[in-house]
Amino acid sequence: MSDTSDDQGIPAPEGNADLIDTDYVIGQDNIETQIGPFGLDIHNPVFAISGLAVIAFVFYTLALPEQAGSVFSWLFDSVTKGFDWFFLGAANIFVIFCLLLIVTPVGSVRLGGADASPDYTYAGWFAMLFAAGMGIGLMFYGVSEPMSHFSSSIGGVAMGEDGVRTDWAPLGGAEGNEEAATRLAFAATIFHWGLHPWAIYAVVALALALFSYNKGLPLTIRSAFYPILGERVWGWPGHIIDVLAVFATLFGLATSLGFGATQANAGLNELFGIPVSSTTEVILISAITAVALISVLRGLDGGVKVLSEINMGLAFLLLIFVLLAGHTMALLTGFVDYLGAYLQYLPALSNPIGREDVSFMQGWTSFYWAWWISWSPFVGMFIARVSRGRTVREFVVCVLLIPSLVCVLWMSVFGGNAIQQVLNDGYTAAQEAELPVKLFKMLDVMPLSSITSLIGIVLVIVFFVTSSDSGSLVIDTITAGGKVDAPVPQRVFWCIFEGAVAIVLLLSAGGLASLQSMVISTGLPFTIVLLVMCWAIWRGLMSERRNT
Amino acid sequence: MFERIMVPVDLTHAERLEKALQCAADLGAHYNATVIYVGVTTEQPSAIAHTPEEYGEKLVAFANEQATKRGISTDAKAYASHDPSVDLDPTLLRAVDEVNADLVVMASHIPNVADHWWPANGGSVATKAKISVMLVR
Repeated sequence: MSDTSDDQGIPAPEGNADLIDTDYVIGQDNIETQIGPFGLDIHNPVFAISGLAVIAFVFYTLALPEQAGSVFSWLFDSVTKGFDWFFLGAANIFVIFCLLLIVTPVGSVRLGGADASPDYTYAGWFAMLFAAGMGIGLMFYGVSEPMSHFSSSIGGVAMGEDGVRTDWAPLGGAEGNEEAATRLAFAATIFHWGLHPWAIYAVVALALALFSYNKGLPLTIRSAFYPILGERVWGWPGHIIDVLAVFATLFGLATSLGFGATQANAGLNELFGIPVSSTTEVILISAITAVALISVLRGLDGGVKVLSEINMGLAFLLLIFVLLAGHTMALLTGFVDYLGAYLQYLPALSNPIGREDVSFMQGWTSFYWAWWISWSPFVGMFIARVSRGRTVREFVVCVLLIPSLVCVLWMSVFGGNAIQQVLNDGYTAAQEAELPVKLFKMLDVMPLSSITSLIGIVLVIVFFVTSSDSGSLVIDTITAGGKVDAPVPQRVFWCIFEGAVAIVLLLSAGGLASLQSMVISTGLPFTIVLLVMCWAIWRGLMSERRNT
Repeated sequence: MFERIMVPVDLTHAERLEKALQCAADLGAHYNATVIYVGVTTEQPSAIAHTPEEYGEKLVAFANEQATKRGISTDAKAYASHDPSVDLDPTLLRAVDEVNADLVVMASHIPNVADHWWPANGGSVATKAKISVMLVR
């Protein structure tokens, strides 16, 4: 009499699946209790460790902002300088691993059981993949990243007294050569938004989907390690993995929220003259977090899904507008040209050792890889939830290629238009502006600029809300031992603390740099988790093929 | 007066529902009505079942067990939800229509201050359902 048919969303697995036989019952380590009037259902000890650490972190940074700022700055320097090769090498491994999954026989394993059928159409699936992965980042960096690389490339190489390069140009730069600088700028930007980040997401998403849907384990990061750790995965090794995932997600989100707040502030300043200050940013983060709370209370379908659809529509409109009202022909030809530049420079850009462009490699690439890695539990869990019914090969091809191409298009149009404004119109305001303002400066000289700038601000704010909401859901699931039906107050707790972490980090001495240093620091241990995860996925897929 | 009595059940905490189960069974026996147990599960593995399908099977087994134990006619219907923490009320209201219930018997907690922000599921269903709803505390 059960009803698990198509209208219920994701159907039950069909056909053979290699369920893992474990005595562990989901939620067996959970504590169900009542704090005042609020019911809680939390994993012991993952929730307590993560929750208390986050509360302590917020109070420490608030109480000693100067000291905290210097600690963050020291962390940023030591991790980016000492481990840049590690981030770059690991990201390359993830790309190679994904390519291996495509070409080897394990690619035929179907997520959700041998006879499972996909729940979403290709169009719906792609829209969700794209919306989940990058959000605020696309708004923040769409204009600013290609423009920054363009400016630094054309400026050429600069050497410090110690013989170390001090410029920010990728590779050898392209001093005085506008065309070469443009191609290099886009190669570097696409490198940061293309195959590598999506390979990182694909690894985590595949691990979660495989071990939850095919093996029947809880939807937490630790489940992926069952083939390696066995039953020990339910003990301390697993606790540590999940806590690392929570920290990575929390600080990754907080960074995006910090970016969102600074950009929304910059936009409001452009449009309405609202002052750019940390007070405005704190007010913005608090107000938007309050909206996110409403979205949290409305649930997945009533909150995030609706807002994501609105945002996709708005983002698409803005993209089409810039394409048509900007330098249309240059942007269209640029798309193909920039893809070619990406492939041309890919080997050099992904080389982890012996690089001379240290500022670019450490300040941009390492930071990006850490940021994507810290977002991976969050995006991975989302992708896993919408990817049931796909084969591993189909999954990896789509997760790698489609969102990468959309990002290339986005960057080519937004960044391309800003660069064309410099080259053809002699308009340099976007080039000279601070990172958060560049988007608005680019829109400023286009028709209907006050409307498009307002759309830009709305997009940033709504992306902020959806990230905060779905991030709370993911952290809550991990800290509730894989339960997705834990009491709502827990999500509210995480939602508030994501905002709080973003606020205290922005207020600390380093501002945005503090956020970046925390992402890098939490991304580092989680990179190790991801590398081991590749091995676990391989073993899981092999056993799936053997036993079904 | 009643022919189909719907009883929302949480299989994870079935022991806490005893009063509501007994009450529904008594009403079922009195009116010669079918008692339909409705469960809402997650699409991800849960404490009760690895899959929604397995959950459905367990709910049917639960309904059969109740039929034997209490001597009533029973049925079961399971729903999978994207986000049961928030979607429970709308899913139950949909179930009311789909199982053709004319009475809901539902366990509910004693109201406290948190109900101002998160109204109890029972209260919420009683507010919105078009049929009689009996809350058992």
